[in-house]
Amino acid sequence: MAFPHRPDAPELPDFSMLKRLARDQLIYLLEQQHEVDKLYKVENKPALSSNEQLCFLVRPRIKNMRYIASLVNADKLAGRTRKYKVIFSPQKFYACEMVLEEEGIYGDVSCDEWAFSLLPLDVDLLSMELPEFFRDYFLEGDQRWINTVAQALHLLSTLYGPFPNCYGIGRCAKMAYELWRNLEEEEDGETKGRRPEIGHIFLLDRDVDFVTALCSQVVYEGLVDDTFRIKCGSVDFGPEVTSSDKSLKVLLNAEDKVFNEIRNEHFSNVFGFLSQKARNLQAQYDRRRGMDIKQMKNFVSQELKGLKQEHRLLSLHIGACESIMKKKTKQDFQELIKTEHALLEGFNIRESTSYIEEHIDRQVSPIESLRLMCLLSITENGLIPKDYRSLKTQYLQSYGPEHLLTFSNLRRAGLLTEQAPGDTLTAVESKVSKLVTDKAAGKITDAFSSLAKRSNFRAISKKLNLIPRVDGEYDLKVPRDMAYVFSGAYVPLSCRIIEQVLERRSWQGLDEVVRLLNCSDFAFTDMTKEDKASSESLRLILVVFLGGCTFSEISALRFLGREKGHRFIFLTTAVTNSARLMEAMSEVKA
Amino acid sequence: TTTGLILFFQSGRPLGAGVRLGLGLRMNRTKGDEEEYWNSSKFKAFTFDDEDDELSQLKESKRAVNSLRDFVDDDDDDDLERVSWSGEPVGSISWSIRETAGNSGSTHEGREQLKSRNSFSSYAQLPKPTSTYSLSSFFRGRTRPGSFQSLSDALSDTPAKSYAPELGRPKGEYRDYSNDWSPSDTVRRLRKGKVCSLERFRSLQDKLQLLEEAVSMHDGNVITAVLIFLKRTLSKEILFRELEVRQVALRHLIHFLKEIGDQKLLLDLFRFLDRTEELALSHYREHLNIQDPDKRKEFLKTCVGLPFSAEDSAHIQDHYTLLERQIIIEANDRHLESAGQTEIFRKHPRKASILNMPLVTTLFYSCFYHYTEAEGTFSSPVNLKKTFKIPDKQYVLTALAARAKLRAWNDVDALFTTKNWLGYTKKRAPIGFHRVVEILHKNNAPVQILQEYVNLVEDVDTKLNLATKFKCHDVVIDTYRDLKDRQQLLAYRSKVDKGSAEEEKIDALLSSSQIRWKN
Repeated sequence: MAFPHRPDAPELPDFSMLKRLARDQLIYLLEQQHEVDKLYKVENKPALSSNEQLCFLVRPRIKNMRYIASLVNADKLAGRTRKYKVIFSPQKFYACEMVLEEEGIYGDVSCDEWAFSLLPLDVDLLSMELPEFFRDYFLEGDQRWINTVAQALHLLSTLYGPFPNCYGIGRCAKMAYELWRNLEEEEDGETKGRRPEIGHIFLLDRDVDFVTALCSQVVYEGLVDDTFRIKCGSVDFGPEVTSSDKSLKVLLNAEDKVFNEIRNEHFSNVFGFLSQKARNLQAQYDRRRGMDIKQMKNFVSQELKGLKQEHRLLSLHIGACESIMKKKTKQDFQELIKTEHALLEGFNIRESTSYIEEHIDRQVSPIESLRLMCLLSITENGLIPKDYRSLKTQYLQSYGPEHLLTFSNLRRAGLLTEQAPGDTLTAVESKVSKLVTDKAAGKITDAFSSLAKRSNFRAISKKLNLIPRVDGEYDLKVPRDMAYVFSGAYVPLSCRIIEQVLERRSWQGLDEVVRLLNCSDFAFTDMTKEDKASSESLRLILVVFLGGCTFSEISALRFLGREKGHRFIFLTTAVTNSARLMEAMSEVKA
Repeated sequence: TTTGLILFFQSGRPLGAGVRLGLGLRMNRTKGDEEEYWNSSKFKAFTFDDEDDELSQLKESKRAVNSLRDFVDDDDDDDLERVSWSGEPVGSISWSIRETAGNSGSTHEGREQLKSRNSFSSYAQLPKPTSTYSLSSFFRGRTRPGSFQSLSDALSDTPAKSYAPELGRPKGEYRDYSNDWSPSDTVRRLRKGKVCSLERFRSLQDKLQLLEEAVSMHDGNVITAVLIFLKRTLSKEILFRELEVRQVALRHLIHFLKEIGDQKLLLDLFRFLDRTEELALSHYREHLNIQDPDKRKEFLKTCVGLPFSAEDSAHIQDHYTLLERQIIIEANDRHLESAGQTEIFRKHPRKASILNMPLVTTLFYSCFYHYTEAEGTFSSPVNLKKTFKIPDKQYVLTALAARAKLRAWNDVDALFTTKNWLGYTKKRAPIGFHRVVEILHKNNAPVQILQEYVNLVEDVDTKLNLATKFKCHDVVIDTYRDLKDRQQLLAYRSKVDKGSAEEEKIDALLSSSQIRWKN
C-alpha cells in the first residue's frame, strides 16, 4: 500500500520559505498600523468595533469596496473620525480604486498590497487560493489574474532558479507564460546564473480538460473533498465523523501519517488498510502487558505519544470512511458511477440521459444534476436539441426558473451546449443509440460519433487511449496506470497530455490531439540550454493548473511520478472539484 | 488605540481562512490540532512561542528576502513608486521586515504629510512600531517583558543589504510623472501598479493604441484601467464601435460593467452590439435583486416581451405565471393556517412560504395541501399540471411522494389505477413500479402496501431484489414457488424469524407434493 517513492526520486524544494515570506510581509504591513487587537470576519453586516483604526484585508473586488465605502461614509455621517487602511491581496485593481474614488472615500483610506499568492498546502502543492479565477476567466473572459499568475511564477523562479523546459497548452497558459517572460526580461538577469532546481514547468488551462474535473472522485483525498470539502488544506469533520458531539478541524497533508498513506488510494482499498493499521496499533499497545517498570517507563515516554496520535488519526479516518460510505450508499453511488463510466466510454447514451432525467425529476441535488448534464454534453460534443430542451425544461421546473441564467452561463463557457440542428450524422447516431442498449452495440454509436467529428472528446479519448482496455478485473490494489483514480475506467485527459508531452519533451506527434483540443495556436514549448540543470532537477516537474485542479489529478500524477522516478509539484489557482465548478457557473447561490 | 483587522469573505470562502491556516495567525485561541500542525517540522509556522527560533527564522527569511532584488524596484524612477495611480502616497509593498520609519528623516516628513492630508490628529503620536512592539505582542495584544527588542535592531547585524522601500517621501521628491511615457511604457508602468497619468492620451488614435498595448500585454487589470479611462473620455457610441472589433477588451468592459452594476450602460452596449438574447437575460437577471414578491412579479411581467429565444420566452412566461399563482396560494393558505379551521394545516403546519419555490416544489405543496381541490382553483394539482404542461411522469412522481408522506394509501392506489373501456381496472405506473416501491419505502409504508407494489414489478430479478431488501416475505416465497426454486426457498427459510407465519408457509410449500421443483 501507499507506494513509496523510488529511492532515486528527487528531493522536493522547500516551500516553507514562501510561507515565511508572505507572513513577514503581512506583519510588516500590519506593523505600520497600531496594535491589532481583534480580527473580525466580515459578512456584509454593519460593523462593529469602537476602534479608532480599521484595517481591511481584502480580495480586490468591487463588492468589498462598496462595503468599506458604506462603513466609512456612515462614520463620516456620524461625525466620527477613524483611520482606515485597505490591504489588497494579492494586488490592488484599478477598478477598486475607481470605486473608492466614486464613493468619495478616496484619500480617507490608505491602500496597500500584500502580494501573497502562493500558499503551500502541502510539500508538493501550492495553491493561489483564487477560486474566482475560474469564473472570471473561463466565463467572463476577464484576464485580471494573469498578472498574478505571472508574478507567482516569477517569484518561484527567483527562489528556485529558472525552469529550463517550459511547456503549455491553452490560451490562458500562453498569455500567462508570455507575461511572465516579459517580467523576467524586465527584471533582466535575476535568475541568470542560478542553478535550476525544477527542471520542467507545464502550464495547462482548465478548459483543455473539463471532463476530468466533472467526474466523481474515488481516490480517498478526492472523495473527502467531494464529501466534506477541503478548504485551504483542512477539513471540518462533523459529529458523524468524530463520533462525539462536536466538529473537528483537521489538517490534511503529508504530516498526517495515516492520511498520507491512504490519500492517493482508491477508496475500495482504504477500509482494508485502515483495519490492518488498527490491528497493528492494537498489537503495539498490547506489548505493554508483561513489561517491567523500566520498559514501561520507556514505553510511556517514547512510544505512547506517537501511538496515541496515530490512534486519534486512525479513528478519524475510519469515521470519515464510514460517513462517506453511508452517504454514498444513500445516493446510490454505484449507479451514478456506472452512468459516468458509460458517458466516458460513450455507450448507452439513451439510458444515461434517462438516468439524468430521473435525477432532475426527483430533485436530487441541483449541482449533481447539472454536473451530469455537462458531462453528457462534453463527452457527446453537445446535447441533441430535443434532449437539451427537455432536460433544460425539467431542470427549470425542478430547481427554479432563474436557472435560465445558469444555462446561459454554461453555454457560454462551453460546458453545456446544444448540437447544431440539422447534423445528419448526429441524428443517425441518436437513432442508433436509441436502439442499442448493450455495450457491444454501443461501440457502433461510438464509430458514428467519431465520424461525425464533432465529438472531439471521443476522438481525443481514442487518440490518447483514455479508456484502457481491460481484460478481466482491474486490480485497484496494484494500479497499472493513472486510470486507477477513476476505478480503471478512464485516464484523466489532463494527466495524459502531460505524460505524453514530457515523454516527447515536445508536442511533436500530438498535432492531431492539439487540433482536436482547439489549441493549435496555444500549445507551446520553450527549452533553454540544460547544461546547468542537474539530472535530479530534470526529474522535478512543476505543473500549473489555470482554473483549478482536482485531487484526482494530483493523485494520478503522483502515481506517474512514482512510476517514472519523477516528482511532480502542483501549482493551482485553487483546488477544485465538480461541485465547485458548477457552483461557479450557477447564477443562484444556495 | 487599537486597530480592528477586518478579513473579508468572498466567493464563499474567507480570505482569512487561507491567511490563518497559511500563516498561523489565528482567530480564536488555537485548537490542539492546529497547534500540532504549526509546531510540526515541515510546515513550521510562526507560533511566537520561541523567541530564539522566531528570530533565527526571521533572519533566514530576511536573507531570502534580500536576495529577491526584483521585488524592490531600485531603478531611477523608484520614487515614483510611492505614488498611486492618482497621486496618493501609499505604502508600497516591501518584502523586507525592516521598518524604516524613524530611521529616516524623509520618511518622517512623509508621515507628516500624510497626517496633514488625512487630518488624523493622532497619527503623529503613534508609537514607532520598530522600537516599541515586538511581533509577539502584535498578535497577543499584550507585551511580554524582555521582548522589546525590535526586530530591525536585532537584525541590524545582518550583512545583507536591506531593500525595504521607504514610505511616502516628501512631495518635492516626486517628479512630474505625467510626462512622455509611450503607450507601451505607460501600460508597463500600469502593470507594475505605478502611477501614470492617462490624461495626455487625447486623440482617438492614441487611446486605441493604448488599449491595444494593454491587450497585447494580457493583464486584465491594465485593460480595465484603460477602459475606465476610455469610458470616461469617449462618447459611448465611439467606445462601443471601437470595442466591437476588439473582443478581448469588449469582454473586459462587459465584466466591468456587470461588476460595478452599471446596468444601463451594459444594456446600451448589448443593444448596440445587437446581442438581443444577452440583453434580455441581463435585464431578467435583475429580478434576483427584488425581494418583494409583488414587485418581483411586476418586474417579471416586463421581461415577458423581451427578445429571448422562443424556448426561453416560454420559460419566462412560466416564471411569471408561477409567481403569480404562488402569491395567490400563499395569501390564501396563510389565512387558512392562521384561522386554524383547516385540519391539514393544523396537523401539518407549513414550514416555509411557497413563494419563489420551483414548480415541482409547488406541485408537491399543492398535492400535499390541496389534493382534492377541483381543477378550477389555482392551487389544485391538476390545474398546475395543465397550466405548466407537467409531464405525466413528473406529476405521478411528485403526487406519489406527497401522498405517501401523508400516508394516504388510497390516493396512492388511485394514482396507478386505470380503467379500460370495459370497466376493468389495471395498475399502471409511468415511472416503473420499482421506483414506486422505493419512494413508498422512503416514506415508511407498511409491508402490506409495499408488498402490493413489489408484486407489480415485472422483472423477476428486480422484484426478488426489492422484496428481499424490504422484507416482503410473502412475495419472495411466492416468487420462488412460482420459479419452482426449492434451493432458494430453503436458503430463504433461514432469513425469516423462527416460528413465524412465513416459516410455516415455507415449510408447507417444501413438504407439498403438488409442486414439481426444478432442483
